[in-house]
Amino acid sequence: MAKKGWDEFEIGAMLRTFDGKIDNIAATQQEDRAYSQSSSYTASVADWRLIKPVFNKDYCIDCQFCWIYCPDVSIISRDKKLIGVDMDHCKGCGICVEVCPTNPKSLLMFSEQADEESVIANWPKKDEEEA
Amino acid sequence: MAFDKMELKDIEVWDGNFAAAQAMRQSQVDVVAAYPITPSTPIVEGYAKFLADGYIEGEFVMVESEHAAMSACIGAAAAGGRVATATSSQGLALMSETLYQASGMRLPIVLNLVNRALASPLNVNGDHSDMYMIRDSGWIQFDAFCSQEAYDLNFIAFKVSEDHDIRLPAIVNQDGFMTSHTAQGVKTLSDDAAYGFVGEYKPMNDMLDFEHPVTHGVQTEEDWHFEHKARQHNDLMTKVMPKIQSVFKDFEKLTGRKYNPVEKYNMDDADVCVVCLGTSVETAREVASDMRAKGIKAGVIGLRVIRPFPFFEIAEALKNVKAIAALDRSSPNGAAGMLFNEIAGALFNTDTKALLSGYIYGLGGRDLTKAHLVALFNELQANADAGKVTTKLQQFIGVRGPKLAFL
Repeated sequence: MAKKGWDEFEIGAMLRTFDGKIDNIAATQQEDRAYSQSSSYTASVADWRLIKPVFNKDYCIDCQFCWIYCPDVSIISRDKKLIGVDMDHCKGCGICVEVCPTNPKSLLMFSEQADEESVIANWPKKDEEEA
Repeated sequence: MAFDKMELKDIEVWDGNFAAAQAMRQSQVDVVAAYPITPSTPIVEGYAKFLADGYIEGEFVMVESEHAAMSACIGAAAAGGRVATATSSQGLALMSETLYQASGMRLPIVLNLVNRALASPLNVNGDHSDMYMIRDSGWIQFDAFCSQEAYDLNFIAFKVSEDHDIRLPAIVNQDGFMTSHTAQGVKTLSDDAAYGFVGEYKPMNDMLDFEHPVTHGVQTEEDWHFEHKARQHNDLMTKVMPKIQSVFKDFEKLTGRKYNPVEKYNMDDADVCVVCLGTSVETAREVASDMRAKGIKAGVIGLRVIRPFPFFEIAEALKNVKAIAALDRSSPNGAAGMLFNEIAGALFNTDTKALLSGYIYGLGGRDLTKAHLVALFNELQANADAGKVTTKLQQFIGVRGPKLAFL
């Protein structure tokens, strides 16, 4: 964001989420919304993440638990189907993994450097004891 | 939800607390979040009763502390409502963190601060320690010397605070017990006239405007924080005083009661003068008149507006005085008193030859008697005659034990 002088911005350390007026925002997908420059939607706020969730769609039952519980709205769901994780906003807290009810889990935490394809290829098998 | 209007007599016998509660009712405050504390309790109790009896359309939020009370007020103000509360002393101390939030977020909240001493030792009586403690918090501060003024200044505070060029919270001070619990005749406004003066609340950047979503209470680090604080200080220094002056004028037009940032009494030809706050102003005025009969040209200055500090107005009012006493009802704990320092700052770099001395008095509700003030005016006259301050620069009035004097 441009560095403005003290007299060049709105009072009150107040930030607008959108440029101008919004209408029917609930029915507009995030990527189609006119987020302002000051909205954190357009900023990466995840650079201090150490571990990341990896999503394996083969086991997902689309229960939406992860979407509901994610404290940063970083689970991307479309038409009630989980399609991925927003890595610009995910802080790596692991709550999505914790609440995932499938066996094996459809989301697991790996180090930030882990290669997604290879961890999916080596995904843990069903835990027969738990089942 | 409709509400009933209340028929008031032209003059009602109210104490400062009830006068403030009535002003909050007549201003139709939307939200009061409060945690009761002596001696301010009857203000929020009064609002709650008016609300329960159907005289207000609003919400009373019961909270678990003063910190929570101001936090709820901040939320309600950011949502877009007319908001007020009241507190004293320890309650204000607990609130102090959120006071800076309210002013930095530029939210117009009116806080009735019923001045009371700060512990320790615990004390419920009136002094100005709480008022002084938060003087750098970015709030506008008015000072009432009696119940009538506590009533009037509430309307004035809403009108100044909520103006879109101002948008800063305001405190209306009144002395604990001496004003808050002393019933006096108060000239009233009708409900319609009072609400007409304060006006409909006009929201700005409110969170309930769903078509323009906003985030309040953001974080800024070294790259932005300074600019926001500079903006707030600039507005306090340049915009607030002219707005207060114009609202004072409007209020005089409506009621005939004239307020000034610096209230002068017998100052036109005064040789000696006392500068003080709260109920002490009225006592000092009475003694100043008595002193005139004894040949001492005594005057009194009471500060109606404490923040923003009326720097030029007070320098102007004091320019021809020979000896000035700054009376501080708060222990400076290791420095000169606040009024002493502010007045010294305002007079330094001017041509005045005035002699300035400071006095600490009335802590924990100790009376400031007429005898104290007679002795004080005589001491000021002695200073004026000698052409120098004949005492130490800081003295204590009315404390038991060996005489205390410093600096």
